[in-house]
Amino acid sequence: MTSLPTSTNKKLGLVIDLDTCVGCHACATNCKEWNTGGHSAPLPDFNPYGAEPDGVWFNRVHSFEVKRGDRPNLTINFPRSCLHCDNAACVTVCPTGASYKRSEDGIVLVNTDKCIGCKLCSWACPYGAREFDTDEGVMKKCTLCVDRIYNENLEPEDRQPACVLTCPTGARHFGDLNDPESEVSQLTAARHGRDLMPELGYKPTNKYLPPRARKVDSVDVGAPEELEAIEADGFLGWLDKVLSK
Amino acid sequence: MHPAFSVIFFTTCSGAGYGLLAMMGILGAAGMLPADRWMGLAGLFFALALVSVGLLASTFHLGRPERAWRALTQWRSSWLAREGVMAVLTYIPAALLGLGWVWFEDTSGLWAVAGVVSAILAWLTVICTAMIYKSLRTIHQWHNDWTVPSYLLLSVMSGAVLMSVLIHLFGVENAYIQGLTVVTLALGWGLKTMYWSFNKRSKGLPTVNSAIGIDAAGDVSVLELPHTSANYLMKEMGYKVAQKHADKLRVISHLTGFALPLAFSALAMLVDGYAALACVVLAWGLCSLGIIVERWLFFAEAKHSVNLYYGATSV
Repeated sequence: MTSLPTSTNKKLGLVIDLDTCVGCHACATNCKEWNTGGHSAPLPDFNPYGAEPDGVWFNRVHSFEVKRGDRPNLTINFPRSCLHCDNAACVTVCPTGASYKRSEDGIVLVNTDKCIGCKLCSWACPYGAREFDTDEGVMKKCTLCVDRIYNENLEPEDRQPACVLTCPTGARHFGDLNDPESEVSQLTAARHGRDLMPELGYKPTNKYLPPRARKVDSVDVGAPEELEAIEADGFLGWLDKVLSK
Repeated sequence: MHPAFSVIFFTTCSGAGYGLLAMMGILGAAGMLPADRWMGLAGLFFALALVSVGLLASTFHLGRPERAWRALTQWRSSWLAREGVMAVLTYIPAALLGLGWVWFEDTSGLWAVAGVVSAILAWLTVICTAMIYKSLRTIHQWHNDWTVPSYLLLSVMSGAVLMSVLIHLFGVENAYIQGLTVVTLALGWGLKTMYWSFNKRSKGLPTVNSAIGIDAAGDVSVLELPHTSANYLMKEMGYKVAQKHADKLRVISHLTGFALPLAFSALAMLVDGYAALACVVLAWGLCSLGIIVERWLFFAEAKHSVNLYYGATSV
């Protein structure tokens, strides 16, 4: 049944730091690379070197500009992927039971053998986390690298989502958001992590850390405000006089 | 939202079919229609043909149509599954009604019960269809109290317009039935006008700020998109219709879907013979066109919240 579990033991998810994300797209690229051979493989990749490339990606990195009046504009690089919501309407709308949320860890997955490709789940997701595979005729989405995080063939430190492992600035964090002692929960509390579109009531698991306040003025290091004007004489003095006219 | 032809065709065609089936069931049970073999055959065949063609069309937009039967399994949580189950169940009393009307030429007693049950299940199916849209919190233009009454009343209205053609074809004109057509057209017009006016003045709660978790920091605009060409999300949910075209199409829908059919249906009550038949046939033809335009607008004007990530500031 595509009813949601009343509660999940763990709430595995991501915490994404919008302060340190530089928008390099490495997370999206490594996501595509791992997942085109993973749980929902293959991910279609049409016309990759042509004018109109198309295909399924589980992670997309947007860039926004925030205009803040007299303060300098702010650039926000914003990676967007499945938030593995508590109240995942993409699961309950599914007419076939292909879409489901795991009671053990809260991961939302699609069983592509049962999916009829009606696309209703993608309509029900506010965040655009699901993309349709036109090749196979089924819906695909982020698996939170379910085939990595429990994979005993990998070294323990590698049992994390591909996007988290590859991030060069450490802007992505993976862990159990149900455990208040976990690193991700502590980070969320310290940095006032946000839910996306909380007004829709999906209760996403993933949190986004807003940028820290930035200094507008430089620190006073005792240097003069302006360079002192020098008096030139001789040829340079004449040149200064001519050019100043 | 991308206005997919298969879904527009399904909702309008099946909507009219369920409307006509419910009319046949209720009016047949009430003894307002002759228990005549050919009347029953024509009405029920046309109703069920519209329903079935529409349902078949709805499977064309599936990625894996051969698995469509799986869509009947999750009725406990999914409105789409409930719609499927209701659609299948409706055939049972409709077949019984057909057996009584066409074979035994009887629409009373147990056959009348089958008629009433057909009508109730037909209406429930239409309500389930509307609930698929109404339940989506991602689309404010659908997630409001106008969606379900509009779908139901427009289905009843489409059925009534068809019923008018039927009674004139069989020469069993009935002022009550024709009056019902006029009333449903007027009510449908009023309701749809209120739906459109609600969506003109009302907006969804999410903003681009809440979509990226930067509340109250300032004006947010797109600096760079994540990809260089349109992806699935932009093709499926990013459909934009120019306001001037939408306004023009809405006028067409007001006229052909409601105003003209209302005028011709009322006129049919004042004239008789071939003139009346011509009036109700015109009303049906115009209404069908107007409702298809109305349904196209229903999809094309729906703004999904994912558009906030692609340049929209409100939805």
